[in-house]
Amino acid sequence: METIKADVAIIGAGGAGLRAAIALAEADPGLKVALVSKVYPMRSHTCAAEGGAAGVIKPDDSLEHHFNDTVGGGDWLSDQDAVDFFIQEAPKELLQLEHWGCPWSREADGSVAVRPFGGMKKQRTWFAADKSGFHILHTLFQTSLKYPSIERLDEFYATELLVHEGRCHGLVAIEMKSGQFRKILAGAVIVAGGGAGRMFPFTTNGAIKTGDGMALAYRAGVALKDMEFVQYHPTGLPNTGILLTEGCRGEGGILLNKNGRRYLQDYGMGPETPAGQPVLKTMELGPRDRLSQAFWHEQKKGNTVKTQWGDCVLLDMRHLGEKKIDERLPLVRDMSRSYLGVDPVEDPVPVRPVVHYMMGGIDTDIRAATSIGGLFAAGECACVSINGANRLGSNSLTELLVFGRRAAMSAMEHLQSAKGAGDASAIDAAAEGAQAKIRELFLRPNGKESIAGLRGEMMQTMEEHAGIYREGTGLAAAAAKLAELRRRYKDIHLHDKTNVYNTDLLQALELGSMLDCAEAVAASALARTESRGAHQRLDHVERDDAKFLKHSMATFRGMDAPAIGYKDVVITRSQPGVRDYSGDHK
Amino acid sequence: MTRKVVLEVMRYNPEQDTEPRFQRYEADCEEEWVVLDALNHVKATQDPTLSYRWSCHMAVCGSCGMMINGEPKLACKTFLRDYDGPIRVEPLQHFPVERDLVTVIDDFMVKFKRVKPYLIPKEEKPVEAGEYRQTPAELKKYKQFTLCINCMLCYAACPEYGLTPKFIGPAAISMAHRWNSDSRDGGRDARQEEVATGEGVWECSFVGACSEVCPEHVDPASALQQVKIKSTVDWVLEKLVPGGKKEGG
Repeated sequence: METIKADVAIIGAGGAGLRAAIALAEADPGLKVALVSKVYPMRSHTCAAEGGAAGVIKPDDSLEHHFNDTVGGGDWLSDQDAVDFFIQEAPKELLQLEHWGCPWSREADGSVAVRPFGGMKKQRTWFAADKSGFHILHTLFQTSLKYPSIERLDEFYATELLVHEGRCHGLVAIEMKSGQFRKILAGAVIVAGGGAGRMFPFTTNGAIKTGDGMALAYRAGVALKDMEFVQYHPTGLPNTGILLTEGCRGEGGILLNKNGRRYLQDYGMGPETPAGQPVLKTMELGPRDRLSQAFWHEQKKGNTVKTQWGDCVLLDMRHLGEKKIDERLPLVRDMSRSYLGVDPVEDPVPVRPVVHYMMGGIDTDIRAATSIGGLFAAGECACVSINGANRLGSNSLTELLVFGRRAAMSAMEHLQSAKGAGDASAIDAAAEGAQAKIRELFLRPNGKESIAGLRGEMMQTMEEHAGIYREGTGLAAAAAKLAELRRRYKDIHLHDKTNVYNTDLLQALELGSMLDCAEAVAASALARTESRGAHQRLDHVERDDAKFLKHSMATFRGMDAPAIGYKDVVITRSQPGVRDYSGDHK
Repeated sequence: MTRKVVLEVMRYNPEQDTEPRFQRYEADCEEEWVVLDALNHVKATQDPTLSYRWSCHMAVCGSCGMMINGEPKLACKTFLRDYDGPIRVEPLQHFPVERDLVTVIDDFMVKFKRVKPYLIPKEEKPVEAGEYRQTPAELKKYKQFTLCINCMLCYAACPEYGLTPKFIGPAAISMAHRWNSDSRDGGRDARQEEVATGEGVWECSFVGACSEVCPEHVDPASALQQVKIKSTVDWVLEKLVPGGKKEGG
């Protein structure tokens, strides 16, 4: 097997991976960085983020406000030391992007503009029209081209981390264009592989978001933390799951049920505010978990609008006018028109909640370090945790930057303190083993199970039992079904046994990642017998701080169900309280 | 509402085929689907070996550029309802084929990097000193050219790129123009070495096909035209005007 050597290997070239690579290149041009990604960096799903990135910049705002919004928004499951670090670094990172040329939208005086966002008490969401993630990703990618020390390994799919005696020494990856395995040896590895929304059938996530980074670390022995917290974004296009940004509501769009009622006022987020004049942390600017839950209740009451794509509510932006929609929400207009045939200038847009983001992920500390020496993680695949039980919109783009850079700094510290390269023969043997596992799919007789079939069953299970509201019996059924699917996965039929750009193999490996992540979601959700943030149990409707003010920790146990343990939440100055998004609270 | 759609997809596997061939698939498709949905349906239900790139399904990741009935298109934004009869799907032309609909894009990646597509600050300023001021009018001057998703449809449409592969091409030149037009940037001279050459703008015969196919309305042709005009002004100032100096510096 061909070997590629680097000082630091990064898996994933989206926002977090690119930010980490640039941080390393800037800190020490002598360090060789291998940036490994299963897609070209421009294809990474950061590009699909629309609304913006949060960071305190305006004089009426304060770090304390951002802290409180984030901690309360996360239903007190965020680690408060991590949140403090995050909010302090946030404005610096967003300014750094500005200095790299990010085309942030501007005020008349040339300063950076901000927009209101759900659950935020002040306007602090920096935006580039409604393509903020796209511009962040491309600014980072283009900036990364300046640095010769960054060696990109585009379209390399990482299959396994090389861990020996508690330390990570690199990874094994398949080069897609040749189908050959490569051993990538590195003094430190940063996993920045993104989320896993594709476990669900209806998601804003692109095809690539299959939890590969999470699964790599999980199988290597790092716990997956808080996996039961899956964010539904309240406003997806009903036929495709395409996201209509929270910016729609930040700019003044309103949500209506079939009777034309601003139904959010019936779920503790009222009183009704004037259409087109959004009030922060109220009504349509409530947090995503609450809005998605309100949809579920409206559906139960029969208040939703029936469409050929299922039950919807209406996102009405007509009162914003064509000029504002074109200036602030051009992508939203384009997507609604082309994919749904509805022009938001003329008509309300039918929308429904859609799986969007994983709050949980690879357990890291505030330094982005995992429990394995030399292994770090950042971005959606990681759980630091700043997002707790419910992420506030526009915190995640900033998180990519803050913790992408932090992971890079920690990796450098590790390089300085690490002792030697590790046992070469043991690492080689691990790499050969990793290759043999996948080669076996090519060599053995055809299996009986279809990749698309198992994937469909997994998605249906997740949709049915691990959605906005859950209960114990359903979650137990989901856990059993996922265990069954993981067993049947051992017998999948690989149709394509050639080497060059084998997407049949790629989809098989991605399915393996998703099944492992899905099992961690179901097991963690089943064990958490309370309701908090995005995890709502119909059989345990109250938050239970005495028992569950804790992070769930799912540990991989091969073919057995994961072991679920708990880890204390770091509370520094905000004790759990009531999440108040009513209009008269402030 | 479903309807039967016939896809004629170009197949090529370098390990098995000496040359490309077409394979015909019949698929039951929803009326509102895009070509990508039809391909995904075929891959899931009929032929797992079919290979193509895709991810976002919302025309922003730039992965799924293909020739659809001879035109460069994003498969995720090409609606079945706009086609009668069989739909012919081929890899983007002007690029080598890696496999099936997957092309080799190394040439673009190299050229894109050559134009220095990043901010070369006019004035260095530490991050702690805050943002560079940029008015909405200054932003508007280059904003359109930031929208390039690197899908390379413009390279597939460009007759010059087809004839003269050394041409650095529409997207790369548009990106140079994007940075040159940014009020924070002072790197035009550095980029001109790549852009204002025979392999750069002077190769373009201004057919405008790039702008017609651009899914993001970046209008690379206008960027090329503006670069040409500015390069001509440079030349006139340097060669013809005694003591003349380039604008913009």
